Amino acid sequence: MRDKRMSAAEVAAELSDGMTVGIGGWGSRRKPMALVRAILDSPVRDLTVVSYGGPDVGLLCAAGKVRRLVFGFVSLDSIAYDPWFQRVRQQGGIEVSEYDEGMFYSGLLAASHRLPFLPIRAGLGSDVMRVNPELKTVRSPYDDEELVAMPALNLDVALVHLNRADRHGNGQYLGPDPYFDDLFCLAAKRRFLSCERIVDTSELDGPPQSLLTNRMMVDGVVETPNGAHFTSCVPDYGRDEKFQRHYAKSAADEELWPSFVDQFLSRGETGYQLAVQGLSS
Amino acid sequence: MSRIDVCVAACADLFLGAGEILASPMGLIPQLGAKLARLTAEPDLLMSDGEAYLLGENGIEGWLPYRKVFDVVAGGRRHVVMGANQLDRFGNQNISCIGDHDKPTRQLLGFRGAPGNTVNHRTSYWVPKHSKRIFVPQVDVVSGVGHDRGFHHVHRVVTNLCVLDFATPDGSMRLVSTHPGVTVEEVLDNTGFPLQTDQVGTTREPSPQELELIDKLDPDHARD
Repeated sequence: MRDKRMSAAEVAAELSDGMTVGIGGWGSRRKPMALVRAILDSPVRDLTVVSYGGPDVGLLCAAGKVRRLVFGFVSLDSIAYDPWFQRVRQQGGIEVSEYDEGMFYSGLLAASHRLPFLPIRAGLGSDVMRVNPELKTVRSPYDDEELVAMPALNLDVALVHLNRADRHGNGQYLGPDPYFDDLFCLAAKRRFLSCERIVDTSELDGPPQSLLTNRMMVDGVVETPNGAHFTSCVPDYGRDEKFQRHYAKSAADEELWPSFVDQFLSRGETGYQLAVQGLSS
Repeated sequence: MSRIDVCVAACADLFLGAGEILASPMGLIPQLGAKLARLTAEPDLLMSDGEAYLLGENGIEGWLPYRKVFDVVAGGRRHVVMGANQLDRFGNQNISCIGDHDKPTRQLLGFRGAPGNTVNHRTSYWVPKHSKRIFVPQVDVVSGVGHDRGFHHVHRVVTNLCVLDFATPDGSMRLVSTHPGVTVEEVLDNTGFPLQTDQVGTTREPSPQELELIDKLDPDHARD
């Protein structure tokens, strides 16, 4: 069987300008942050980012990587708003496709099933229709009910982070929620999975239902310990609330931001993890 | 008894008659209200821990990760209590952004699940600080859908001053009751549109038994 192990930098190098990149997790939970940080270090730009947004969106916006964001929300959960996302929006710095979060799910599901759209009630009557003028509705052929035709959210690349995986791409979540990571993989042409630890297939113990991705859903596997930091990756670790507050404070103040970048985002993943350890000790 | 206990009881009353459905209260006061309702009039309510579990009286009773919440939303067995950055007289709600959507003056959360919630199941709102900044003639972005747009599930609005509903011929907002010590004028002065005020009562005070339960649910008085 194929050995799909690779580095975060190699994943970032798979991206090219203008690609549509789906990012798994939810808010400030189990985000593939090490892969996001690798993108910050790469020259790629003009990305369309598709995300149940958390600090992944903020950091990519801060680095000027985002041309368009497809989203239902951007939040740090314990902190309501991501300051970088707010700033670029308020400057008119990115294009957006803003949907109801259930529509977003339908879009991923449609892409996974190779359907052009899926019908959903969400959006009807709301300004989702006004701010996305390309959205159309369909009439049920059975009872004529009008429904939103949520277009497929087809992805060039999916990036997700799980607790464990083997070198072939069989991935396992050990926390309570799969989020939508399997759908992101199914909706994408190229799928990259980072994980806390790569183990032998036989060591993927736990309930078989926790095996969220199988190897035909994954093209590359990256071992990135603490790789979801500062978002949560339970049960391996919870959200680093102290660090998140530090991020939010720095992101909210353009004078503080350069020192955050200097301290955490300018020495690669090893430098990042060392700096995080230094901050917490 | 404090004003906030009245608000908790008013939030509990949102669920009267709900039966065996998912209560999704956003924020501490609606959460205390839903828990109070489950301990009193509505023992069959289901509630999540805000993550992936349904929590019953004796701990975890079910699994409800985010994707399954969308199943419940679409199926309609749910009553959500959301917040609002703006709310108009027909119950249209904005949590997306303030100003022009292309270049907002203030970016907020985004649509979240508000469009889907309001077309699928009963929705109420909790407004901790009743003001003209929130109760506006027209919302900048319609996230949650109101009564004038063809949907009829907006149940009530509970604020720190009063309880409002939409039981008028045109589905516009009506002042149901002011909390003890609050005048109708005070509510009108803090609302950016006219309210129907034909039959305004006083919001009920929680019973001694309910006050005891509220104290047990929130022993550290995070609600104050």
